Formats: sequence, structure tokens, C-alpha cells
Amino acid sequence: MSMFYFIAQSTMFFMIPLLIVALGGMFSERSGVVNIALEGKMVMGAFAGVMFLNIFQTPYTSHGILLVALLVAMVTGMMLAILHAFASINLKANQVISGIAINMFAPAFAIYVAMFYLDAQHIPFLNQFRIDSVPILGSIPFLGPLLFQNTYITTFLGYLIFGASAFVLYKTKFGLRLRSCGEHPQAADSVGISVAKMRYAGVLISGALAGMGGMIWAIPIGRFGGDVQGYGFLALAVLIFGAWRPKRILFAALFFAILQTIAVSFSAIPFLFNLGIPGAFYSMMPYVATLILLIFTSKNTQAPRAVGQPYDKGGR
Amino acid sequence: MRTFIQRRQAGILSLLSTLIVIIAGLTIGFIVLLISDSEQAWTAFWTILSFGLRTMRNVGDVLLSATPIILTGLSVTFAFKTGLFNIGAAGQFAFGGFVAIYIGVVGADYIIMPAWISWTGLEAIPPIAPPLRIILSIVGAALAGALWGAIPGLLKAYRNVHEVITSIMTNYIAMYLISWIIQNTIIDIAPFTTQSLPADSNLPTMGLEYIFREPLGAGFRTSNVNIGILIAVAIAILVYIILNRTTFGYELKACGYNKDAAKYAGINQNKNIVRSMMICGAIAGIGGALNFMNGTGLSMTASPALAAEGFIGISVAFLGLTNPIGVIFSGVFVSYLFLGGARIQPFGFSLELVEIVISVIIYFCAFVLLVKTNIGKLIFRRKD
Repeated sequence: MSMFYFIAQSTMFFMIPLLIVALGGMFSERSGVVNIALEGKMVMGAFAGVMFLNIFQTPYTSHGILLVALLVAMVTGMMLAILHAFASINLKANQVISGIAINMFAPAFAIYVAMFYLDAQHIPFLNQFRIDSVPILGSIPFLGPLLFQNTYITTFLGYLIFGASAFVLYKTKFGLRLRSCGEHPQAADSVGISVAKMRYAGVLISGALAGMGGMIWAIPIGRFGGDVQGYGFLALAVLIFGAWRPKRILFAALFFAILQTIAVSFSAIPFLFNLGIPGAFYSMMPYVATLILLIFTSKNTQAPRAVGQPYDKGGR
Repeated sequence: MRTFIQRRQAGILSLLSTLIVIIAGLTIGFIVLLISDSEQAWTAFWTILSFGLRTMRNVGDVLLSATPIILTGLSVTFAFKTGLFNIGAAGQFAFGGFVAIYIGVVGADYIIMPAWISWTGLEAIPPIAPPLRIILSIVGAALAGALWGAIPGLLKAYRNVHEVITSIMTNYIAMYLISWIIQNTIIDIAPFTTQSLPADSNLPTMGLEYIFREPLGAGFRTSNVNIGILIAVAIAILVYIILNRTTFGYELKACGYNKDAAKYAGINQNKNIVRSMMICGAIAGIGGALNFMNGTGLSMTASPALAAEGFIGISVAFLGLTNPIGVIFSGVFVSYLFLGGARIQPFGFSLELVEIVISVIIYFCAFVLLVKTNIGKLIFRRKD
């Protein structure tokens, strides 16, 4: 049973960053801007947040400084997002190209600065944020060890962001307007919605969430090594796999995270280890399974209709 | 109709805008250097700009390392022209590279046949003659890349899955799969890489070493540049001809511009998507072959790793304004920057500076494509 809890707890370390970053990507793409730059924004967020911890952390600080670091990561992600938004909204440039540029810039810049100030590619920090067991909730039988032990405050932040995203997208005026700009911007414009403003909002939210997701990804690892191991791209996959809808994104992230956990820790699970399947195949499994599921589910899913197209006032 | 002069004007325009973008990128790189260390900035900057041109040997090395990224750049360009985004060049490149090394290593020796076909009387296949082995390596790499590229193509065409997501998945699958295959076939345990290619499995230099060399003592130090760069240029020209001068290329491009119109015109869009992705895969696969068959003793790591050349190829493609001929020049330019950038470490800078410069250039490239098409439209309209 302890093995089951262990898997459930580790799954969260993979799932929460994927979920948050994919939700960020959702806001951008539902507003009509392709966001291939999630990876770059994650890297930059993780870099800025970890750098902040590296400088200001003391052995006596606690969760307060983590929240500030998350804020720093969000602001950094938004700064990169402004570059992306400017290129794709104001200048109507190719959204993929500016995304590629940001993906290349972020790790290069992070490593360059780290090498300059620390003479090392890795930026270390003290991981003083692990919560062994949440008071009261952690001692509930079954649910306690499943959800409230060996965790981070960011896990609950992730749930919160999920709830808020779903609410904002479907239950608010802002969400409706944002979605309309991604489906038919000319129609949105004709009823007085500023397409540019909505798209800016979408891209900025995605920058903030991606930056934060990057930082959350880095926390259990305890250092930042110049990249986020392709998690930004995986988040993009989760976003598409999740059909640009919050609930399905949650399931996609969970599905992917469980397989990823198995891939990383299969050798500690006697049942899987005894099967004698090479580790490489467990590592491949999340990707193969996603491909196969996409084959069966994607025929009917539709991307936001205007995604990737610069808004043209005269277009039809 | 565009006249010759208009076409030339458009060409000059692209060249000019690319130059402006490159200067802007370099300026920002220089500013970053100045902020980091103003005393060494000039020396480092000059090193980046001059190193690739200092001797003919360095020029040869620039061409040598340009070869694989020109091909991955062409792969991305071909996809982009046909309305697809090939982010999967990394996986196709890796598969091509592996197959080329496998044929080069295994084909150089007797291949002992397994016992179950002993009834045929065939006990072993003798070593394949070097020229044939090299050709087989390249063809095998192209096939491997094409097959790997076909997966996103098939899924896009028949299951409506976006090629970006499938390419991301196939990249990671290739990464683990190739690592596993290497560990079970041509592994060299100590460095944990593939076995290195026997000398006669490498591409011939065809006398290029007499051009690209520098004096050293009484003799010369030569570059490893080989016919790979010529193959890359030939493929670029081939891609240009296919896209611009053949019906097949026209059909592929039509699908990219407007798939409904293409369908209406009787073009089988699904088939073309698959074909297009297979061609992209083949080009990237050849890139992998030429990368490892270059005579430097480079071998492929057996640890799971994504090939950086696949992603650099995306930059090369856009810097070359997604024009096959432009890609040749942008590939050489990017390789020249990387080679110079690797030499600024003694001055206390890290080589990531070059990536910063290139990313800034790519960012501005996003605008260039736009400005260029708009001005092009203006010229087009005025003359009509």
C-alpha cells in the first residue's frame, strides 16, 4: 500500500507543473495565439525564481519566500510573453517563429547569466518547502497519505489554478470574450471587443502560468540546470491532448504524469520490475500511449478556429 | 506576371532585410558582452566574427559543421512550404545517423548469418566494398528518416492529429528507442557511445583537404571537410527545383496554401501530407548520416538525448527565410557563429552568447518575412 501512496505522491510532482503550464497555453491559444514558447517561458520562470531563492534564501525562511519566488517567476514569464505578444499581435508576425526564438533565447540566457555570476551551470537552492504531512488533513486514513502527505504547497496552488481557470474561461464575461477572439475575431470585433487586448490578456496569462509552472517544476529537484527537460513541449502536448478544455487537460496531465512516474520508478515496483521489460520501454510509454490515445480521440477534436492567424480586420 | 527585374528586386530586398536583422542580432549580442565585461567585450566579439575566417582550415570546419544543420534546415523548410511544421527533425536526424553508423560499422566486417538459415548454405556475408557501403549508409539513413517522418504524416493525414504534437512524441520515442538499440547492438561500453566508424566508411574528401588547410610546422593541418557539404548543397538545389519547378512540388505547396482549394482542384491532400513528411524525414535522415560520417571519429551517444541539430535546423530554416538556397547560406552563417562562439570562453564568456544572438536574429526574422511580403505586394501591385 505504501507503494501506491508513493506513486500517487510522485505523480503530483509531474502533474502539477504540466497542468499549470498547459492551462497557461490554453488561455493563449483560446485567444487565438499559438504558444509554442511555453518551454522558454518555463525555463525563464524557473531560472528567475531559483535565482531569487539562491540570493535571498536563508536557513530560517519558509513558505513565504517560496510564494515570492513564484511571483518573481510569474513576472519573468510575463516579460517574455510581452515579446511574444508584441510580435504576434502588434506586428502580426509568424507566431511560431517568435515562439521558437523565445525557446532558444531562454535557456541560453539562463545559462549565460548563471555561468557569469556563479561560474556554474547549475543554480542550487535549499529545498525547505516539502510538507511531510498537512496538519489534520494528513492524518485522515487513505485520503491523508494519498493527497496530503509528502507534498508541496504548490500542489494545492495547482488545484486552485485549475478551478479558477475553468471558472474564468466558462463562467465570466472575460472568458467568453477571450474564446470568441480565438474562434472568430472578426465577429468579436464587430460587437466591440478589442481583439488585440483580449489576445494580449491571453498571452500574458499564459506567460505568468508558464513561468510559475517552471518554478514549481524546479522545486522538488532542488536546483536549476538551465532547462526544464522538455516539459514545456510536453505541456503543449497535454494541451492538445486535452482538446483545449480545462477538464480534459486535467485528465491528460494526470494520465501523462502517472505513466511518467511509472517510467521513473518502475525498478522500485516489484511487480513491474519482475516483468523483465527493459527500462527504455517504460521511458517511452508515456509518449507511445499519448500517440495511441490521440489516434482514437483526435478525429473529432477541433483547435480554436482562428489560432495562429494574425487578426486581419478586413478578413472574413 | 512578375518580371525578371521585379524578381531581382525582391531578392535584393530579402538579402538586405536579412543583413539588417543579422546586424541587429549581433549588436544586441555585443551589448550583452559589454554589460558582462566591458574590457574583454571587444576581443570576444572580434573572435566570434573573425575566427571562422582566420585560416582556410577554419573555413573548412565551418562548412563541415554547417552540413548537418543545412539539411535539418532544409527538412524544416520543405515542411513549412507545404504547410506543415516539422519539429520532429531531431528524431529523424537521430534515426538517420544511427542507421548510417550501423551500416558503416557492421558492413565493414563479415556478417555471420544466424543458424536458422544455414540450410541455404549462406554462412556469412563478406564485407561490403567501401564506396557501396557509403552509398548504402546514406540511402539507409534516408529511408530510416522517411519512415520516422511518415508517422506524424500518417497521423496528420488520416487521424487529424496536429503534426507538432506527434513530432514531439516521436522525438522522445526515438530518443529512448535509439539509445536502447545502440546499447544492444553496436555499443562501445567505455565511452558509452556507438562504436566509431572504420576510416573507409567515412565520406571521401575528394581533394578538399588541399584547399581547406593551414600551415603547421613543415606540413599542413587539414580540415575534415568532405563531400558532405556538396551533397547538402545539391539537395538544397534539388529541393528548390522540386518546390518551384515541378508539378509534384506545386501540388504539395497548394495543399500548404489552401487545403480546401487543393482538394477542389483534385489534389489528393492526404497522400501529399504523408509524402511531404516522408521527404522531410529523408532529408533530416541524410543530415544525420553526413553528420556522423565526417571522418572526425564522432560517434553517437548511447544515453537518451535529443539531437540539437534538429532544433537548430528550425532556426536555420527561418533565418534562410524558408528558401532552400537561403538555407545554405544561413546554415553556413549559423555554423560560423557557433564555431567562433566556442572560442570566447578564454575571455570569461560562455558560448551560450551565440545562442542568444541567434535567438534575437530569429525573433526579428519573424518580422522580416512580414515586411518583405508586404513590400513585395506593393511592388507587385504598382507594376500591374
